[in-house]
Amino acid sequence: MVTTTLPLSDVLVALPARIDTVAAEERAAALAKRSIKKESKLFALDLAIRCMDLTTLEGADTPGKVHSICLKAMHPAPNDPAIPSVAAVCVYPSMVSHAKEVLKGSGVHVASVATSFPSGQSFRDIKIREVEEAQRAGADEIDMVIDRGAFLSGRLDEVYEEIVQVKEACGSAHLKVILETAELGSYDNIRKASLIALAAGADFIKTSTGKLTQAATLPITLVMLEAIRDYAWKTGIRAGMKPAGGIKTAKQAIQYLVLLNETLGSEWLTPAMFRLGASSLLNDVLMQIEKERTGSYFAAEYFSEA
Amino acid sequence: MTPRLAVRKTYKMYINGAFVRSESGRSYRPEGNADMNLPLGSRKDLRDAVRAARQAQSKWASLTAMNRGQILYRIAEMVDARRDEFQEMLGGKPRHAQEVEDTVTTFVWYAGWTDKFQAVLGTVDPVAGPYFTFTLPEPTGVVGIVPPPSHSLLGCARHLAPVLATGNTAVILAGDADTRPQLLLGEILATSDVPQGVANILTGSVKELLPWLSAHMDVNAIDLSGCPEPLLADAERNAAENVKRVYRFQPVAPLSPYVMAEAIEAKTVWHPLAR
Repeated sequence: MVTTTLPLSDVLVALPARIDTVAAEERAAALAKRSIKKESKLFALDLAIRCMDLTTLEGADTPGKVHSICLKAMHPAPNDPAIPSVAAVCVYPSMVSHAKEVLKGSGVHVASVATSFPSGQSFRDIKIREVEEAQRAGADEIDMVIDRGAFLSGRLDEVYEEIVQVKEACGSAHLKVILETAELGSYDNIRKASLIALAAGADFIKTSTGKLTQAATLPITLVMLEAIRDYAWKTGIRAGMKPAGGIKTAKQAIQYLVLLNETLGSEWLTPAMFRLGASSLLNDVLMQIEKERTGSYFAAEYFSEA
Repeated sequence: MTPRLAVRKTYKMYINGAFVRSESGRSYRPEGNADMNLPLGSRKDLRDAVRAARQAQSKWASLTAMNRGQILYRIAEMVDARRDEFQEMLGGKPRHAQEVEDTVTTFVWYAGWTDKFQAVLGTVDPVAGPYFTFTLPEPTGVVGIVPPPSHSLLGCARHLAPVLATGNTAVILAGDADTRPQLLLGEILATSDVPQGVANILTGSVKELLPWLSAHMDVNAIDLSGCPEPLLADAERNAAENVKRVYRFQPVAPLSPYVMAEAIEAKTVWHPLAR
């Protein structure tokens, strides 16, 4: 993926942030009501698995837990070869090497959160160092958090510079920039933060850390997708999108995919351009696939945890 | 003074602690009753009910036996308080009054059993060695109930109470006759401290919904007492897919502790003797 950084002021002037709240929420709600026919549903469920970042970000994570989640990521349904692997496993930096060891050769990426996740309230050099270490430990993707304190006090340049520096520190690793939308306060701010991240060279923009009760929602995702679309129109640079947090059911996952397809088009329907961050979504998707195949409703007890 | 307009009642199903029309928006008129519309449940209503029952099950089972008993007793109190309404719905004859009395008795009777069935259905097993083994009854989980249509109220009571007493949760498929008494029972459950999702009452075509209920992999037992003969074989075959417990009582389940044995699992634990 070719990404470059652009001067922040140019981008913010060219793409003003004025969101019609009612329209955004209505459009997201309307798209969520689309009825999806059986074959499309199976395609969407398969895609949802291929685009999933299976996530464990707990204080209680152990190498053992990470090991088991990596196995689940490679073989979501071990007895069913038709079920694909997920896109990546998302862990804390200290768990990257364990995950890398298990996932070696599987094609499943290791994503590491960094920059003092989830608050981002630390010193710049420590955040950069964390990114470098995570990358050295084998992370293919870095999920950084923006400095919301700086953003909310109007120091947009600081937010931008930090992302540029983190991008540099990432080296060959892909950079996902977490906006933590629940703390930004308004759709206008979410769009502005999206544009800052895109201008600074983010490969992906991501809604949330998953650590707050308010996480990804459809209207917020729509606003971010439109920021990606407008930025791509203006500059030709295409970035990816990752809604994360609170996505627990296959139905929700399909709604996000509909939103994506309607806003950015089918070229974005690939794990290279779209990810779903989730910890408990996978089993529900597997359950729905089984329901579509067998015609009877399924039970959670038939699928492994983690 | 002019008499006020009549307030006509909208009958609703009871799913996950809420009164709902069918998700599908459909309704039906029972045979011979052209002036009432009752909700015609869909497979998605059924799915929602099973999900609610599954979610409520572990907490319901972990309540103390005494607490479950109190709640069942409360159901009896509430039925008793509205017995005239029930009697009128059932047909208004003396035998209908008797059916309401029997319903109250049923809930009181099973309320008493919640802390006693373990002693009757469980055992200390005789073993030839220096240890104990205990066999303890545990709830099987989510039970789908097709109650016998011959007694619309008592049928529900006799088949629901034993399932709740042992810590199971239930999804009742009440059929598409005049199901007002079953729907009123939903209102009783809602005012009896029964936690949401523990008992769910759907109305609608048994022919349409039973295949979904019997094939549902998250249902652990199914009471086919009210299943019409032509549907029975298919329902049992579907139930075999996840080895559901299948049982029927006809015409109506008796007042017997052994009815509770239908929806329990026997867990045997081993314990060494002190020396």
